Amino acid sequence: MNIILVGLSHKTAPVELRELLVVPDSRMGEALNRLMDHEGIREGMLLQTCNRVEVYAVVDHVEQGFSAIQEFFVDTHLSVSAEQLMPRLYCHAEDRAIMHLFRVASSLDSLVVGEPQILRQVKDSFQEALTHNATGVILNKLIKKAISVAKRVRTETRIAENAVSVSYAAVELAKKVFSNLPSRTVMLVGAGEMAKLAARHLVNHGVHEVLLTTRDPVRASDMAARFNGTSVPFEDFRANMHRADIVLCSTGASHYLIGPDDVERAVRARWNQPIFLIDVSVPRNIDPDVRQVDNAFLFDIDDLESHIEQNREERRLEATRAESIVKDEVEVILKWLQSLKATPTIIALRRRADALKQAELQKALGRLGTLTPEQQEAVEGLASGIVNKLLHGPLVALKSAAQSSNGLVYIEAARLFYDLSLPEHQSVTVEDVRDETDVTTVPPASKEEPEQDGISRQASGL
Amino acid sequence: MTVAFLQLTLGLYFIGILLSLVYLLRRSDVLARVALATTCIGFAIHTVVLAVQVFSGEVGVTFHKALSFFSWSLILVFLLVVILQRLYVLGAFILPIAFLSLVSTAVLPAETPVLHPMLRAVWVHVTLSMLGAVGFAVAFVAGVMYLMQERLLKSKQFNVLFFKLPPLDFLDTLNQRSMLLGFPFLTLGILTGAISAQLTLGSYVNWNPEQLWALVTWVFYFVVLMGRVTVGWRAKKAAYLTIVGFAGVLLTFLGVVLKGNGIPVS
Repeated sequence: MNIILVGLSHKTAPVELRELLVVPDSRMGEALNRLMDHEGIREGMLLQTCNRVEVYAVVDHVEQGFSAIQEFFVDTHLSVSAEQLMPRLYCHAEDRAIMHLFRVASSLDSLVVGEPQILRQVKDSFQEALTHNATGVILNKLIKKAISVAKRVRTETRIAENAVSVSYAAVELAKKVFSNLPSRTVMLVGAGEMAKLAARHLVNHGVHEVLLTTRDPVRASDMAARFNGTSVPFEDFRANMHRADIVLCSTGASHYLIGPDDVERAVRARWNQPIFLIDVSVPRNIDPDVRQVDNAFLFDIDDLESHIEQNREERRLEATRAESIVKDEVEVILKWLQSLKATPTIIALRRRADALKQAELQKALGRLGTLTPEQQEAVEGLASGIVNKLLHGPLVALKSAAQSSNGLVYIEAARLFYDLSLPEHQSVTVEDVRDETDVTTVPPASKEEPEQDGISRQASGL
Repeated sequence: MTVAFLQLTLGLYFIGILLSLVYLLRRSDVLARVALATTCIGFAIHTVVLAVQVFSGEVGVTFHKALSFFSWSLILVFLLVVILQRLYVLGAFILPIAFLSLVSTAVLPAETPVLHPMLRAVWVHVTLSMLGAVGFAVAFVAGVMYLMQERLLKSKQFNVLFFKLPPLDFLDTLNQRSMLLGFPFLTLGILTGAISAQLTLGSYVNWNPEQLWALVTWVFYFVVLMGRVTVGWRAKKAAYLTIVGFAGVLLTFLGVVLKGNGIPVS
């Protein structure tokens, strides 16, 4: 059992390549199935955001897993050649892969360090993988842990305090074109998460009017209500573009929706007043040639990054603190992984059974009063017999499970059924437990042993 | 005495320029404040020098005095804009123009002051023309800053200068307003110039380079302003046009210098 990661991000690949690798939501299940069909891949999750496409997996053999996922990338995205892709992909295994996942979820690897969207995206990708049964005990635990680490980082450091995000950067740039946002109109094309955030930001800065357009008229009117804006029919949005000072584009379309001609027409209709276009969609929805149009200012997701780069220095210190949190948490999870070996579970199970037996014996013997040594021996024998016979099946199953590929399921199950805790020094904080509860539903807690309950929740997977 | 004060003013303005230029590359506002303070002191001394030049000492209008007045007014506008808008970055652009025009009064050959019975008309002409030139100088600076910011935005160079320069629409508005302020002054300046030419030379128009360039400049700005109102010559185009227009202003100045001794002489 090995945890690996193969992927690419804004750090290794330009948006031109990243946009080619995005799997549409509708084909996510198909892609995950194809991933899981590869030999030796036990669990898998596909994480895709505007800035990264990564596959996390639990595999039998590290090297085999790397090449299987690379193969998956090349097969899934026929428009990209292997030569184009391979040099951009990074491959990590074990603690480095875990560290990477935690850093990504905590927004330490983000284009905008500290931006809040990534956590949502990790949760969504996780949900997607769960829906398609692609994850198992290890990834479930790992990703939930990543989510709790991200929350810890956010509450314990000031990394997200500057509200520095792509949407924030978009607003900052808009302010370099328009001094007075309250007199400006913004047009939202599509209902992408990032654009909605940016629009929300602009509304908070008091933009005068919001125009909305999406392909789905119901969604458009729903969003119009949310932003207190006006819905524009999707067929007409280009003709109405001149009304907007700021155009925010984020749709799922796989082609350019706005071309240089559209923008030129809008600028002319605006009497050469500048128009500011932000394209946060990947793949991009605004033709990059729009840059050539006078008085039109187009920024795509990578441009926003370079703007954000300026503020990065100020958050470096907080990031260092966040990194040390991540490092601690990686230690914790590594210990948990260690505990998944069969032997510690078998020992814990025996101990637990012994403890129960002793406790029950004491109670019974107390009630029975004075017994002859023979009688006492018989009672103890009875208890031991029952315990041993009951444990025989599980112990044999656990021992053979250790050899088999899906043995972790049994080990996890045993820990759950028998309420087995990790050894003392490997305990996990209560906070982690609390953080995790809002991600997925968990079985009810056993009342008298809350800290063990925490462990069993985590061990329960999903 | 006046010369020493003038040199002191120049020195202070020069320090102001240097500080303003360094400020462009630094994040902190401290340098800009020091530059502003230096310029303020320079401006106070300049005011005294100008008052002395105008109200006592040599009588008559010279191009030196006109340029000194131009420089003084430009600094006044700069101080007002900076104090009202906190637009420190303006210093690096406006101060050099004010400085160079003041320096030229020391470099250009000394002139014979104009003595004429209709002196008052000449004064009015010079003052109005110079105020017009101030308007166009600010429009020019706004245009230059607009083009710089536009270039930075287009090329995504988010450097310190990018953060310092004001938003595009602010610069476009500044460009428009200063042009709208400069234009009536130029119009009145030309009219009073024609009147004083009639009084001193006996004809309204006598096609010397000064008059020629002044007319060309006027027509140019008129077209630019009309274009702005009627066909949307704004933003980048307006920025380019005001830069060209200011060249006309400078050529008019040159026309005055070439003419030898300034304001129409009999």
